[in-house]
Amino acid sequence: MRLTCPICGERDRREFVYKGHALALDRPDPDAGDDAWESYVYLRENPAGVTRDLWQHDGGCSAWLVVTRNTVTHEVLKTELATAVKEAQS
Amino acid sequence: MRVNGKGLVDRSTPLSFTFDGQAVDAFQGDTVASALLAAEVKLVARSFKYHRPRGVIGAGSEDPGALITVGSGAKSDPNVRATVQEVYGGLETRSQNCWPSLNFDILSLNDLASPFLSAGFYYKTFMWPKAFWEKLYEPVIRRAAGIGGLSGEHNPDTYEKAYAFCDLLVIGAGPAGLMAALTAGRAGVDVILCDEDSILGGRLNGETYEIGGVDGQGWAAATVAELAAMDNVRLMTRTTVTGAYDQGTFGALERVSQHLSTPGGQPVECFWRIVAKRSILAAGAIERPVAFRNNDRPGIMTASAVRTYLNRYGVASGQKVTIFANNDDAHRTARDLVAAGVHVAGVIDTRQDAPDSDDYEVHKGAEVCNTEGRKALEAVTFRFADGREDKLHTDCLAMSGGWNPSVHMTCHMNGRPTWDQDILSFVPTEGTIPGMITAGACNGVFSTHAALAQGMAAAESALGDLGVKSTKSDLPEAEDAPYRLKALWAVEGKGRAWLDFQNDVTVKDVKLAAAENFRSVEHMKRYTTQGMAPDQGKNSNVAALAVLADATGRGIPETGTTTFRPPYVPVSIAAMGAGAQGTGFAPQRFVTSHKASVDAGAPMIEAGLWYRPSYYPAPGETTWRQSCDREVNMVRNAVGICDVSTLGKIDLQGSGVGEFLDFVYTNMFSTLKVGKTRYGLMLREDGTVMDDGTTARLGESHFVMTTTTAAAGAVMGHLEFVRQCLRPDLDVQMISVTEQWAQFAVAGPKSRELLNGLLDEQIDDDSWPFMACGEVSVQGTKGRLFRISFSGEHAYEVAVPSRYGDSLYRMLVSRAEAMGGGAYGMEALNVLRIEKGHITHSEIHGRTNAFDIGFGKMVSAKKDCIGKTQSERPGLSGDDREQLVGLKPVGVVKQLSAGAHLFELDADPKRENEQGYTTSVGFSPTLESYLGLGFLKNGRARHGEEVMMVDHLRGITTRCVVSDPVFFDPEGGRVRG
Repeated sequence: MRLTCPICGERDRREFVYKGHALALDRPDPDAGDDAWESYVYLRENPAGVTRDLWQHDGGCSAWLVVTRNTVTHEVLKTELATAVKEAQS
Repeated sequence: MRVNGKGLVDRSTPLSFTFDGQAVDAFQGDTVASALLAAEVKLVARSFKYHRPRGVIGAGSEDPGALITVGSGAKSDPNVRATVQEVYGGLETRSQNCWPSLNFDILSLNDLASPFLSAGFYYKTFMWPKAFWEKLYEPVIRRAAGIGGLSGEHNPDTYEKAYAFCDLLVIGAGPAGLMAALTAGRAGVDVILCDEDSILGGRLNGETYEIGGVDGQGWAAATVAELAAMDNVRLMTRTTVTGAYDQGTFGALERVSQHLSTPGGQPVECFWRIVAKRSILAAGAIERPVAFRNNDRPGIMTASAVRTYLNRYGVASGQKVTIFANNDDAHRTARDLVAAGVHVAGVIDTRQDAPDSDDYEVHKGAEVCNTEGRKALEAVTFRFADGREDKLHTDCLAMSGGWNPSVHMTCHMNGRPTWDQDILSFVPTEGTIPGMITAGACNGVFSTHAALAQGMAAAESALGDLGVKSTKSDLPEAEDAPYRLKALWAVEGKGRAWLDFQNDVTVKDVKLAAAENFRSVEHMKRYTTQGMAPDQGKNSNVAALAVLADATGRGIPETGTTTFRPPYVPVSIAAMGAGAQGTGFAPQRFVTSHKASVDAGAPMIEAGLWYRPSYYPAPGETTWRQSCDREVNMVRNAVGICDVSTLGKIDLQGSGVGEFLDFVYTNMFSTLKVGKTRYGLMLREDGTVMDDGTTARLGESHFVMTTTTAAAGAVMGHLEFVRQCLRPDLDVQMISVTEQWAQFAVAGPKSRELLNGLLDEQIDDDSWPFMACGEVSVQGTKGRLFRISFSGEHAYEVAVPSRYGDSLYRMLVSRAEAMGGGAYGMEALNVLRIEKGHITHSEIHGRTNAFDIGFGKMVSAKKDCIGKTQSERPGLSGDDREQLVGLKPVGVVKQLSAGAHLFELDADPKRENEQGYTTSVGFSPTLESYLGLGFLKNGRARHGEEVMMVDHLRGITTRCVVSDPVFFDPEGGRVRG
């Protein structure tokens, strides 16, 4: 598997560390309530198809990336810097 | 038997090697198989289950018959295909799976018992008693059934792994692959051409085709020469592409030195990871055998293999050869043999419209129905459509049931091949591997012309994808004969007809599987073992499917195939894990004081990848406890030195660091004054403790965080996550400086005295109070000093750039020794912190929260932080929680052990009654007692109560008193000095 780091270019999977679904970016407010927090900390979909998840280019520039990929075809559709995704959200 | 004037072997370079101790003559360019056939050695191996005599069947990596062991002793390599192993002078080879010898194999008795050894036999017979399976049945079966064994010795060979990148990877160097590489090479793109053979050309080297007016072997050689002259083309011989993976990644195994008598320091094999923008699969096809009674005798081979031995190696596989086929292609074998002067006993063709010949008799509409000859083929019996039978005396039968395209690689990413009724086999389904184009025989086209044309077209298509213009070249002329065949899988009749030669699976076994309702192809495979192990379905799959389809009344497309998975050929673990033997298994991290500690005789213990000194034995000390006790006393009474550089050090700078630290730590850091250090606790978002450590504020916007040794990497990743993914609004820069600074603890009542003899400016309690930090000058070198303590003593940590680490350490230790102190190791460090009730990852082990360890008040109410919301959930605090306590023996037994369970004094020590457990224990020379830390239900309310510690594993039961976890100097007077 290969991922394209927006900073370093296309690299082997061994340079990256996987975290989990990109919803980890959307941390609820402290008073968002139990349901919101349970969803954020514990609940994850297991989609057959397109998903977005977080990878860190640990063996490279340390950037956290949001990777959009297809769990069925293993196609990597998009890689973005997490900071850029956050900026676009705000 | 050698045939003069044929073959690519170098007749001017004769070689000699041994097979089962017997010398065998060969030429440079021979494989063990070709040399054995030339020497008329027919019996080469014994089969897996029945120990049937077996010989060479094929001529490439797909050969299911001739598995041998190469070399001897620790260097021996089992299950090598004789058809792949090239001969070199002095090569040692042995037959396997036979005892006492290949010729007389006791376990060939299994063959007589074959009516009882059919598919599923083990499952049905060795059912009970259950205990017998592991102790009796399995060992006996394993000894009887099997292939070559490992030496059991340490592997002294070296292996290598490597990476390569290219625009276009061409897999297979037959006519299609060569033409593809040539077209792409001439266009100037980076090409890697891999082929598992020692010479490139594929089938061209085993045939007598003409291409562009020259013979195929010559055309291949000229094409290879042109490719070799191109700087942008890399030719990789003896390299099998083993698997296709995501995003254009391929695995490949190169046999680097297995063909050399003197490897000259080269590795045995190299495992390659090749990344290609585009790939062309030109893997060719494998001729399939036909199942008929006793079709496994030595001397029965595939028709194409017989041609390969003749045309490539100059070897006649028999003196009187018979051909049995259902297609036109196999008739080439007869024509090539006749042209080379080898006697052809006849051609038996199942088709009434088989082509005639003036040179040999063609028996049309006939099928071979039995063979004779125990250790070598002597005769074949064949039957015409009207039932009439005839017999031919022959020592070699060249059979062909048609060709199976090598579609394997196209299935490695979950693709399924497509059934092609015209060629009665599976062909690749388009698009199953992104970026891969298939060409030639693996694509189901079998003429040389079609292979060349598809190779060129594939390359042009790949060039188009790469945005490169193809330089138009002409396609050389080549034969374009139609591929005519009639379905033939298994000849009807009694007796055993082999489908899978490697695993001894017969037509009967497949039918039995179907009858016993293992009708799914995947179930049939596992029930019969057909296509498993080294065969991987290369020879037997399509025929076995056809038999299963017939037995279950379905068509072959509905029956489907089993799944082809990587690797295409067996890959040694040694090659895949090259470099990981012994100390290569994991990186080793050494602190700057490593050599000094080793010189002092300190045994090392691993802490993650780090190596840290366990203790420093002094003269006369015979046990670790003696050293440990002395080192603890030394710190408590004088001064000790300990290298603490392994702790993670993270440098944080920026105007937002204070707020950032407030968010990652439970307690406040934005209020920390410059020149001060504070202990911090870090939670995971689920409220569990992640790590702890001290953070020093060196400047208004400059902090240095320390993490535990174990969690340094995880904390760094976590901080980067928080910085980039949660709080990108803050101005924070961070970098790990763990390896840039050597840091030493100087602990004990004499620590300041020691430092004042070393630092360029004197320190006192006013300039460096408890928790102070800042820059200092150490013997003219800029360093950092932190007044922090893990031991509970008046202590400092002094840091210098790593290049000064060794010299500072030696200086500190020699000064400490002059003051009645010295170096202390991990054992003493552990005892010192237990005496003080300081936690490590034994306590913050991933299941405890701030409340549990007694730090609930450290979770600041004034701000949000990672893990705060979740740590406030009901159930994560209160009387039901197991809370950190101290434990001290009070009964007859004075010993404690870590990981033991806690019970009420009169309770039955079983799981239901468990009250808690111990996490850390050590003998305290200061308090002259074992001390323990542990978690006890509602423990903080139970100080003074007695509990029973039970270690069921070690058989220790100790009565303990529960206390505060801080055993020594609870007021903390010593640390303030």
